[in-house]
Amino acid sequence: MAEDVLKEIDEKVKSNKVVLFMKGTPDFPQCGFSAHTVEILKSYGFPFATEDVLADPAVRDGIKRYASWPTIPQIYIDGKFVGGCDILHELHERGELEPMLKAAFAK
Amino acid sequence: MITPQEIKDALGKALPVSMVETQDLTGGGDHWQLIIVSPAFEGKGLIDQHRMVNEALKEQMGDNRIHALALKTYSPSQWEKLGS
Repeated sequence: MAEDVLKEIDEKVKSNKVVLFMKGTPDFPQCGFSAHTVEILKSYGFPFATEDVLADPAVRDGIKRYASWPTIPQIYIDGKFVGGCDILHELHERGELEPMLKAAFAK
Repeated sequence: MITPQEIKDALGKALPVSMVETQDLTGGGDHWQLIIVSPAFEGKGLIDQHRMVNEALKEQMGDNRIHALALKTYSPSQWEKLGS
């Protein structure tokens, strides 16, 4: 059961260019960190998939184990774990996020 | 709930830190923003830097003494560049 969740998460991560695991939805985020992350991603205009971890406790727990990362939100670009809200914010400020997104969508 | 000193002690036990700045984001003592400068961050990516901090504060996050943690991490050379 627990392993099924990890497999499900892995499939979602691998089959989307950008995936955000968040609390709530982009239109109704349930946490300030998730809201900020959505704002940053939206500013670039690239599409991104989201998963509301509050809708499924198994995913909420599983995503922490999947990345060995204790917090939500989590962002994956091109199948790779990028970080949480702080790291995305930092990459955004440093101008490093746009090239990562462009590279992912150029493939 | 946790004090700035307890945070600094836990970090200091786990890695060499040259600077820690703590900010209580809500006044409740459990939502913190930390600015951390450590030579151990040199040459490491942000994910690894944050992992090291998360690991150092694992116990305090696990039992919810820290409920939310916003991190800014820098190696001494990154920090220097920021200041100049």
